[in-house]
Formats: sequence, structure tokens, C-alpha cells
Amino acid sequence: MIPFSIDGQPVEGRENGNVLEVALDVGIEIPHLCYHESVKPYGACRLCLVEVERHGRKRMTTSCTYPVLEGIQVFTQTEKVLRARRMIIELILGMCPGDTLIQEMAKEMGVEQIRFKQEDKDCILCGLCGRICEEVVGAHAIQFAFRGDKREMIPPFLGEAMNCIACGACVVACPVDVIKMKEQGDERTILRWKRTLKMKQCKICGNYFAPWFQLEKFKEQAKLAKDFFDICYTCRT
Amino acid sequence: MKIQTKADLEKIKEKGLKSLYPKTTKVSVGMATCGLSTGAGKVYEVLQNGVEKDKLPILLGQTGCIGFCQKEPVVDILEPGKPRIFYQGVTPERSMEIVQKWLDNQVVDDLLLCKMEREDWIVEGVVKDYSLHHLPAGMDGTPHYHQVPFYSKQFKIALRNCGFINSDLIEEYVARGGYFSLHKAIMNMKPEEIIEEIKRSGLRGRGGAGFYTGNKWDSCRKSKGDTKFVLCNADEGDPGAYMDRSVLEGDPHSVIEGMIIGAYAIGAQEGFIYVRDEYPLAIQKLKTAIQQAEKVGLLGENILGSGFSFKIHLFRGGGAFVCGESTALMASIEGKVGEPRAKHIHTTESGLWDKPSNLNNVETWNNVPVILARGADWYSKIGTEGSKGTKVFSVVGKVNNTGLVEVPMGITLREIVYDVGGGIPDGKKFKAVQTGGPSGGCIPESLIDLPVDFDRLTEAGSMMGSGGMIVMDESTCMVDIAKYFMSFLKDESCGKCTSCREGTKRMHEILTEISEGRGTLEHLNLLEELGWVTAEASLCQLGGTAPNPVLSTIRYFRDEYQEHIVNKRCPAKVCRALLQYRILSDVCTSCGRCAKVCPEKAISGKQRTKKEKGKPFKIDPKKCIKCGMCFEACKFKAVEVE
Ligand SMILES: Cc1cc2nc3c(=O)[nH]c(=O)nc-3n(C[C@H](O)[C@H](O)[C@H](O)COP(=O)(O)O)c2cc1C
Ligand code: SF4
Ligand code: SF4
Ligand code: SF4
Ligand code: SF4
Ligand code: FES
Ligand code: FES
Repeated sequence: MIPFSIDGQPVEGRENGNVLEVALDVGIEIPHLCYHESVKPYGACRLCLVEVERHGRKRMTTSCTYPVLEGIQVFTQTEKVLRARRMIIELILGMCPGDTLIQEMAKEMGVEQIRFKQEDKDCILCGLCGRICEEVVGAHAIQFAFRGDKREMIPPFLGEAMNCIACGACVVACPVDVIKMKEQGDERTILRWKRTLKMKQCKICGNYFAPWFQLEKFKEQAKLAKDFFDICYTCRT
Repeated sequence: MKIQTKADLEKIKEKGLKSLYPKTTKVSVGMATCGLSTGAGKVYEVLQNGVEKDKLPILLGQTGCIGFCQKEPVVDILEPGKPRIFYQGVTPERSMEIVQKWLDNQVVDDLLLCKMEREDWIVEGVVKDYSLHHLPAGMDGTPHYHQVPFYSKQFKIALRNCGFINSDLIEEYVARGGYFSLHKAIMNMKPEEIIEEIKRSGLRGRGGAGFYTGNKWDSCRKSKGDTKFVLCNADEGDPGAYMDRSVLEGDPHSVIEGMIIGAYAIGAQEGFIYVRDEYPLAIQKLKTAIQQAEKVGLLGENILGSGFSFKIHLFRGGGAFVCGESTALMASIEGKVGEPRAKHIHTTESGLWDKPSNLNNVETWNNVPVILARGADWYSKIGTEGSKGTKVFSVVGKVNNTGLVEVPMGITLREIVYDVGGGIPDGKKFKAVQTGGPSGGCIPESLIDLPVDFDRLTEAGSMMGSGGMIVMDESTCMVDIAKYFMSFLKDESCGKCTSCREGTKRMHEILTEISEGRGTLEHLNLLEELGWVTAEASLCQLGGTAPNPVLSTIRYFRDEYQEHIVNKRCPAKVCRALLQYRILSDVCTSCGRCAKVCPEKAISGKQRTKKEKGKPFKIDPKKCIKCGMCFEACKFKAVEVE
């Protein structure tokens, strides 16, 4: 383990770890929106800013992308950091003024007004859905397209997400909960990606428990027995 | 033949000298992209046909660009025993006239640019004097090359061969000292010695940030790992900048030689040149150059028989401005999305495919052979304390001479604008220079004596960038300029960081408000705050430098912002929404032209006829969309803009 300090408190992090995960582990709250422990840090929302002092030089950086390094001193509550985070959350609020999570975060940071023209987007472009889909599910069903303020998270070529297995991982991961899933009869739809798949019925209890496509993919990946997915998780255990 | 010894290289040099300075009169056409776009290809064709048809004793050649873009196509004539003569603005129709007259010992006066009294062979440190005798009559008044204002203050290291050699012929590059530095490096120097020499020269990266090249090489050499890469950044995404293109088209071997030397010093086996996709000619020239260098054993396996091997691959860029950023460039070569990533671990340790990688700009690589040939002591005498050598700038905008200029670091902006650039056209007043590309800053007249180097430009709120320089006169509105660059940056931000994507978008939005008369004084503070967060909180240097155009114009031209905000006036008369068009009733002759062109039918009056005088015309401000058509149409200057 590698020793360093956060706000004067001695802490330890694993090699190849990042500052944010250590802070969260020891209960130091740093606001963050695009970080999730099951995927690689990305550094998009810029909310998790901290100041890091290393070799006598201090600079502001995002804690989710900053590697655990011996002897660094991390400061999470400096004047500069708080000022920048306030501005960032105001910028996000300007994009999605209707989102309750963002509203709450902004309030907590002392941001009371939006000084820009309000937009009505829902997605905050954190990229978590795409990264979960790629790194965890392995489906590569959705991705960022376009540059600058035209950036969007979408299925390739604006159409239906042909690679999507309707696993729902992204639905759970989206911090602002804008990826909705609908289950009706033997069908599951991921509304945002316009993907509908047939689900499989459990041979024992009769519930529809997962899309065919997903199960086939898992069987392939995990080299499971042919009949492994004939019964649902509850009935199997 | 594979070159092994210095004698082998000398033989190629001999051949090259014969090709550069043949016994027959040689006519060369500048055929880089700039020349071609003004018709150099056609000029060459006409000359070729003419010479063939009449079996004239003339050799035809082609070269790169000598930088005076405004005067293209440029043609030069070289006859043994006479100075090299440069012609400018040569059209296909008049190209044969130049040749025929020359053969009659005459010149075409109105197309003469200059006569070259000496050539500097910078690599070898030799000056080749031309005999000024035996010139056709009437050429005494023709200026010497070094007296032409545009060239007088220039000092060409990076552009040493551009416009003088045919870049398709490796022997012409060798003839002017090319590849001798490589020979010296591999045969007589240890890698550490090369790095020491580059360090002592004080060379700083020409791609923007001005990082010390020797230090970068050193840390890459010291990084653990057997596989290492050297990369050349030829993405050149700044709109209007083309110094790298000019070097690649006119002198590709200089970059290749620099890269081989760098690879040997660093311990790399493979290199990539990341070229902007819109540079087909540069790509073609590089391909040819790489093949030729491989063929003679200067590149590839067992270079110069030394056992050192190095391969160069060409990679065509992804087409986005942000792909020029080091980590985005590497991601792009790896086949991933060209998006920057955090680099708390330097790319010299973990770069392309996580291997130690050293990236330098075209011009940086191109300086290396000269430094090794002339020595760090010589090189470090040029320039200022913190910025050594020269820098190529592309000077454009409201200035008489536009083009590529290479000047020693430390030259003042005044010298660039007034001496090299020949001042401001149409008797207008100078207002500012924008340096550093889209995310550079505007430097006002009060700082025109600022010496141009990395640190001084940064102190002034701008930057060296890759060397773009836009001259602005009194008819430029600084709010409009800031808005223009912010529009570019908001589109070119990769969109990953909230601070950069939203910051540039909101700055652009506010600047639009101000330019359309809806600005408030509060907006100025908000712009400054947004600028701060965009620069401080973003991941890469696109966001890091993006606020420069806004912050520098607020810093130096706050009055102009206030005029827009408080008095709803645009002093430069650029911001359309703030203009008022009025017809001066005592000047108006009631001709009615304005009313005819007005697309909004906003102008009314009674037209004069033969019998009647008519009534002065009037503009209804509510209907007027400020298109300016009436202003253009009125022959009596009766339409006034306020
Ligand atoms: C948005 C952005 C665009 C860039 N574009 C270029 C470019 O077109 N050419 C270039 O040489 N460097 C460019 N750079 C700088 C590179 O990241 C890098 O610093 C440089 O290539 C290193 O070479 P040098 O040390 O020789 O300057 C860019 C940087 C940023 C942030
Ligand atoms: S539901 Fe589709 S898009 Fe979402 S993570 Fe699963 S496969 Fe990817
Ligand atoms: S949809 Fe949700 S998870 Fe995906 S990028 Fe947008 S906010 Fe992030
Ligand atoms: S600073 Fe801008 S260009 Fe750079 S990574 Fe962030 S969003 Fe992309
Ligand atoms: S500026 Fe255009 S719209 Fe306005 S009065 Fe003149 S012509 Fe008509
Ligand atoms: S959580 Fe670190 S940048 Fe979003
Ligand atoms: S992106 Fe937020 S989880 Fe799918």
C-alpha cells in the first residue's frame, strides 16, 4: 500500500489506484458524477477537483484520474477547489435544470442561480453508460458521437443499438437516471437506445428473467453449460 | 547503393550540386500548395511545352515555397556566373516571355522580385556569393534578396531549403549539408552526447507549449522499456497556419533526418509521422522521401552500416483540431477515438501503446540537424535568454506583406508588422496582433515593442502556439474577434470535460449577447469567471488555453466591451446588430438607388425625375436588418453608419 495524505489525514492507497476511491473509502466526500468503481476513471464531469501538492508544486486536478503516489498531499476543500466546483455544477445545472440530483448537489455547494440561458437536456454526458457497456458488458452498443457542444451519447449511426443485449447495466449506472427500461410480457425495451428484445422464461417459476440475447452472450463468454440459463437466478440458488 | 561512409555521402552531394547548380540555365517554379493554388502547375506546364517545342537550352526544375505567399507563383532563373533572379506573380501567359527575354539577355521588369546576391548554406555555415556582373541591362535598381523588406529581417534555419531544392531529390538535400549531421551523430557521438548538445542548444518545442526538447528526449531515453517510439506532430490544425506544411512539402528530409537522430539518441526503433489528412502533397513528398532514404541506407535496417535500425510510418490524421494534442494523437494512432486523456504519467514514460514515446513538432525535428552541424554554442547565440533559435510565423490579416516568415526569437512585434510585413494597408491604424492560433491572445499597440519569445508572449496573456500571427487594424472589433475564436473552440473542443465544453459554449453565448446589444456589465465578470474555470479545471491544453482570446481582449480592450454594453455601440462598426443606418437628408440626391436594393423595403422617399426634385430618402429603423446594401449602393455617401 502507498501512503499519502488527504486534508492532512494519513491514508493509504493501492498501486494503480486513484485518489478519489481512497477518499471515498475513508469517508471523505468529494462530489463526483462520472466515476464508478467498476470502470476506468475518465475525468469528464470535472466535479471531483482537488488540489494536489507534489514535489513542492501544487495544482488543481480531478481526483478520479489522479494516481495514488507516495507522499502526495491532497486538499479537497480549498478556496480554489470549492470555487471551481461551484462553477462546474452551475454549468451542469444550466444544461439540465430539471434534474433533481443536480439541483440537490448545486444547492449543497451553495449555487442558487443559473446565470446562463437554461437548456433542457437530460443527459449530463458523464459517459458512464458507454463505459459500463464496453468495459463490463462487452457489448459496445452505445458511444459518444460529435464534438464540442454537439456531443451526444448514442447508438452508432443514430439508429437502434444493434449490439445492445438489453442487459440494463447502463440503466443502473446512469447517475441522473435518464435511461429507462420497460418490461412487458416477454419483451424488454431500453427506451433510450430504442432496443427491444425477447426475454427468456424460467423453466421452474415461469418468470421472464433476462433477454435471450444477453444469455447467449454470457454463455459464449463464460463457456457455461448449454442448459445453464434455462432457470432463473432465484430458482437456481 | 547503400551509404556507409562519409565518402559515399560526399558522392551523393556531388551529384546534388550538379543538379542544383547545373551548367545550363535552370528555371525553377515554386510548386508547393501555395504556388499550385495560384497556378504554378499551369506555369510549369507552359514552360515545359515551350522549352520542348523550341528545343531551348533550358533546364526546368521545381522547388518548394520561399514564403512570400502573396507574390506566388514565384519563378527563379539561375544561370552560371550570374545571380539567381526571382520573378513574382508569374502567370502562365507570361511565363515564356521571361524565358525568351532571358535568352536575349533581357528581363521582364514588371515581374522582377529581386536578384540574389548570396545564398546562406546554414547547415554548413557557408555563404555562397553570386557574381553580380554580366546582368542584363537595367537591373541595377532591382533589389538584392536581402534588401527586400520582406526578407531583410528573416533568418532561415527551419526554412533553409524551402524554395531552393527539389524536395523529390534526396541528392539536392544532401548537397546543402543534409544527412551529414546524421552521419556525425551515429558515427561519432554517443546518444548521451547528442542529448546534451540539444539540451545546451536551448531548443524548445515549436508545437505550442515550448517544452525543452533536450529534457524531453532525456526523460524518454531514461524511461524503462526496450520498445520506444518517436513521433512527429504534423497535424497543424490551426486555421490559417501552414508553416509545417511548407517544411514538409519543401524539405521533408530535414524532418526525417531529425527524427532518425532523435530515435538514435532516445533508443527508439520505430517512428510515426502524424500528418493532417488535408495535406495530400505533404504526404506524397514524405512518402517519396522515406523511400529514398531507405533505398540509400539512411533509414530502415542497419542505418549507415552501424547496426542501428529505425523505421518511419506515415499516419493520416483524424481531421479534428484536438487530434494535435499529444494524448489524443497517440490514441488516434492506436485506432481509438482521438480524445485527450489525463497524463499524470508523462507520455515519455507511457505513451503510444503504453510505451515510452517522444513527440515533437515538425519544426522542432527540422531544427535538430542544424544544431548538430553547427553546434549548441552557435545555436544558443541566436534568440533570447529563454528562447533560442528562430521561429516561423504565418503572418496574415491587415498587413501589406503576408506569408511565411522566419525570424530570430526576440524580434519585436513592431519589426514583424512594419518591417517584414510592410505595415498596415490603406492608411489604416494598427490595432492588435493575435498570436498563437485560435486559443492565443490579442496583443495591443501599447505592447508592440514586445520581444517575441515563449515567455514574453505568455506574460502578455497570449502564447507562441504554433506560430500563427494575425494583424488587425482599426476596422477589427475585439468583441467580434473573441466571439469568432470562441465559436471555433466550442466546435473543436472534444466535448469530454464539462468545463471546456460548457465553458467555451457559454463564453460564446455571452459574447453573442454583447455583440447583439444585450450585454450587461455583469457579463464581464461572468466571462472572467468562466475563463478561469475553463482554463483551470479542464483536462487538456485546448481547454487550458481556450479563454485566452476572451481574457486578453477584456484585459486590453475593456473600453471597447463597455462601449458595446453600456452605449450599445460597436466602435469598429462590425457588430451588425449595433449599427444604425441613416440617410443624411442634405446629401441625399433622391436618386432612389438605396430603396431599390433594400431587401426589407425599409427605405422610402420620393425619387427625383427630370421634372421634379423629389424628396430625400429615409430608413425605417424598425424594418432595417442592417445588411449594409444601401450603404454600398449610394454613390453620394449619403448613407451613414453609426
Ligand atoms: C488542442 C491542441 C492542439 C494541438 N495541435 C498541435 C499541432 O497541430 N501540431 C503540433 O505540433 N502540436 C500541437 N499541439 C501541441 C502538442 O500537444 C505537443 O505539445 C507538441 O506536439 C509537442 O511537440 P514539441 O515539444 O516539439 O512542441 C496541440 C496541443 C493542443 C492542446
Ligand atoms: S442495456 Fe444495452 S446499451 Fe445498456 S449496457 Fe446493456 S448492452 Fe449496453
Ligand atoms: S445517459 Fe446517463 S450515463 Fe449515459 S452519458 Fe448521459 S448521463 Fe451519463
Ligand atoms: S479540455 Fe476540452 S478538448 Fe481537452 S479533453 Fe477536455 S473537453 Fe476535450
Ligand atoms: S441596411 Fe439594408 S435593410 Fe437597412 S435600410 Fe439599408 S438596405 Fe435596407
Ligand atoms: S468524477 Fe472525476 S471527473 Fe467526473
Ligand atoms: S451511463 Fe450512466 S449508466 Fe449508462
